[in-house]
Formats: sequence, structure tokens, C-alpha cells
Amino acid sequence: MTNLLAAAVVAQETEEYKPLAPDTAELIFGTIAFAIVLILVGWKFVPAIRKTLEERTDAIEGGLKRAEAAQDEAKETLEQYRAKLREAQLEASSLRKKAEEQGAAIIAEMKEQAQAEANRIREAAKADIEAERQQALASLRSEVGALSVELAGRVVGESLEDSARQSRVVDRFLEELEGRARSQEQISS
Amino acid sequence: MSAPHLLASGSGDEFEAPGLHIFDWGPLFPDGPAWLDWFTKPLLIVALAAIVVIAFSWKAFGNPKLVPRGVQNIGEIGYLFVRDQVARPMIGKDGDRWMPFLFSTFFFVLLMNLAGVVPVLQLPATSHIALPIVLALVVYVMMLFLSIKHQGLVGYFKNMMFPPGLPKALYIILAPIELLSNIILRPFTHAIRLFANMFAGHLLIAFFATVSWWFLAEKLTALGAGVGLVGFVMTIIMTAFEIFVQSLQAFIFVLLAASYIGGALHPEH
Repeated sequence: MTNLLAAAVVAQETEEYKPLAPDTAELIFGTIAFAIVLILVGWKFVPAIRKTLEERTDAIEGGLKRAEAAQDEAKETLEQYRAKLREAQLEASSLRKKAEEQGAAIIAEMKEQAQAEANRIREAAKADIEAERQQALASLRSEVGALSVELAGRVVGESLEDSARQSRVVDRFLEELEGRARSQEQISS
Repeated sequence: MSAPHLLASGSGDEFEAPGLHIFDWGPLFPDGPAWLDWFTKPLLIVALAAIVVIAFSWKAFGNPKLVPRGVQNIGEIGYLFVRDQVARPMIGKDGDRWMPFLFSTFFFVLLMNLAGVVPVLQLPATSHIALPIVLALVVYVMMLFLSIKHQGLVGYFKNMMFPPGLPKALYIILAPIELLSNIILRPFTHAIRLFANMFAGHLLIAFFATVSWWFLAEKLTALGAGVGLVGFVMTIIMTAFEIFVQSLQAFIFVLLAASYIGGALHPEH
């Protein structure tokens, strides 16, 4: 191994060294070494790393694309939810309005019904009163007969000579009767 | 083994700067079998560089994971560096297809260069011109093949020598210059740029190391100690500078290779 460190020993004995003249052994060995490097590194290892780098780029790009798609989907879903919410709110408000309207209608109807009932009751009462009045009137008439007889009795009891006197007696009697009837009516009403 | 053998071959009292002989290496096993005589130190460095590149690539990329761990991270940094600084700017979109060649070449050259500052090895294998020649020739043959394949034989020379859009008179000068620079000079400049940088760098480090060894250890005198100290400091500075140059030259070598390939594929640029 001495010649790993000492260059000059052999050189001095042989002819002049020519740096521009290529050494045959070096040409051959250099070619072989370069060929081996090219075959192993160039054909096997570099294409492998090239492929891996491309795959990595693909993976990163794919990941980014997937994330983008997911984001788009999320946005779309959110939009859908918002639309649904708006719809629901609209529906709720319309329902409320409808209910209010319906309530108002029901109240109006009830009022009308009550009014009608009141009217009916009033009419019935009026009819009752009228009937009673008629009845009273009828009974009065029949009573008037009896009273007339009574009056006649009285008149007969007194002197019947003066017709004017007679009519006065009748008038007085009738007034008396009317006054009685009025007071009776006042009490009943 | 003695230091003078390593650094300076001078046997006298005079300081002798290291010369071309520091590149001249005999058989690694001088007492070994004769059939192994061709195996010298620069070839050991070539073999080690190849083994390290292969082992590292195997460790980093042998079983690549989508989520990288450990060595794969470092390997990916190297891969992305070559891809984004060399392949894509020089070749364009289809630059990735040439990554196997560019990546292997870059790290093979880089390791052979860096051997110049690795203790014990301390010799850039590329400072022996045979290796840059092999590398540049491969690139040159590839460039010719791709050019003719993509542009056709006539188209290749037409695109090279008569690029459109120039005044006609200019072609008289341009055509021979382009032919000369593209076909004849290109492989030489490509190989020699790498070789010369490594050669000169190694010579510089060896010179300063020899100076500091000679004046500080071999012949220590009051007067010479200053010189030796300067040499020592300069050795360290030059070593750092060489690491930079070695990396830069490996980068430039693949950058040019990629540019030649790119030119062959897309002559319009």
C-alpha cells in the first residue's frame, strides 16, 4: 500500500509524466465505473425517487382537492339548512296569521250568534208579553161583562130617569176601569 | 514511509516545488501480481466514488417512502437541486426525463472531485484527463445522437450553422465558427474545463503544503518559519477554496451536459 501515499517513487524512474495524455487503464476503468453508476443509480434508484416524488405531488394535490370538495359540500348543506329554516319560519308565520284570522272569525261568529240569541230571546219575551196582554185583555173583556152587569145592577139600583146621568155613570165607571187597568199594567211591567 | 516521498521528491538541501510527478502514480500494489499493475490510486478513487454514489443512492432511493425518512431526505435535496437548478432550466419541461443521467453524473463527478480534499486520498480523480474525457465523450455522443434524432442530420447542421434571422453576410463568419465550436471544440472544452480546474487546484494545495512542510518541519529556520507559516495558512485557505471549486466544477459539468442535451432536443433555443 505504499503507493497510496507516495507518488514520486516510480515516476522518477520512468519517463516524463504527460498530463494531457489519457491513460488507457483509466479510460477503460473510468468507462466501466461510469457505466455501472449510470446503470444502478440512473436506471434503478433515480426513477424510483422520481416516481415517489410524483406520487407525493399527486397525494398532496388529491388531498387538497378532497378537502375542497368537502368544504363545498359543507357549504351546500349549510345553504340547504338555511333555506329550510327560512321556509319553516315563513310557514310558522303564515300559520300564526291564519290562526289569528280564524280566531277573529270565530269570535265574530260567536258574537253574531249571541246577538241573534239575544234578539230571539227579546222577541220571545215580546211575544210572551203580547200574548199575556191579549190574554189579560180577553179576561178583562169577560170581566167587563160581569162588571157591566154589576154596574147595570147599580145603575138600576139608582134612578134610571136621566139618560145623561146614565152616561155619566158609565163614563165614570169606564175611567175607573181604565185607571185600574193602567195601574195593573204599571205593576206588571 | 517518509514525508519527503509524499510531498517533495527533492533529495538535496534546496526547496523543490512539487511538479507533474505528483500526478504520476504507480501500481497500488507494487509487489502484487502483475495483472493488477494497472490498478493505481486514481482508479481506487474512481472505484470509491462509484461505490459511494451507488451506496448512497441505494440507501436513499432504494425503498422510497411517500413520507421521507432519514437519508431519503438528503437524497431528495440532492435530486431536487439537480432537477431545479440543472435539468429544468437547461432542458425545460421534459428535463425530468434526463434526471437519471444528470443526477448520476453530477454526484459521480462531485465525489471524484472531492477526493482531492479527503485525507489520505487527496487526489481529485478528475485531475487525470482520462476521466473527464470519458464523461465528456458520453455527453458528446449523446448530444450528437439526440440532435440527429430530433432534428435530422441535415436539420441539425442547418440549425447549428445557419440559425434563421441573421443578415446573410454574417453566415460566412458564423457558419464555420459554429461548426468548429459545436462539433470539434465542444467535447474538448467540456473535458478540459473540468480536468484543468482539478489539476491546477491539486497543484496549488500540494505547493502550499510542501512549502509549509519544508520550512516548518524539514528545514526549520528563524527566517523560513514565516514562509512556512504563510504556506500552512494558505494550505488551509486553498483547501476550503478547492472544496468550492470542486463542487462548482461538478455543477458546471452537468450544467453544460444538460445544456447540450437541451440544445439537441430544442434547437430553437
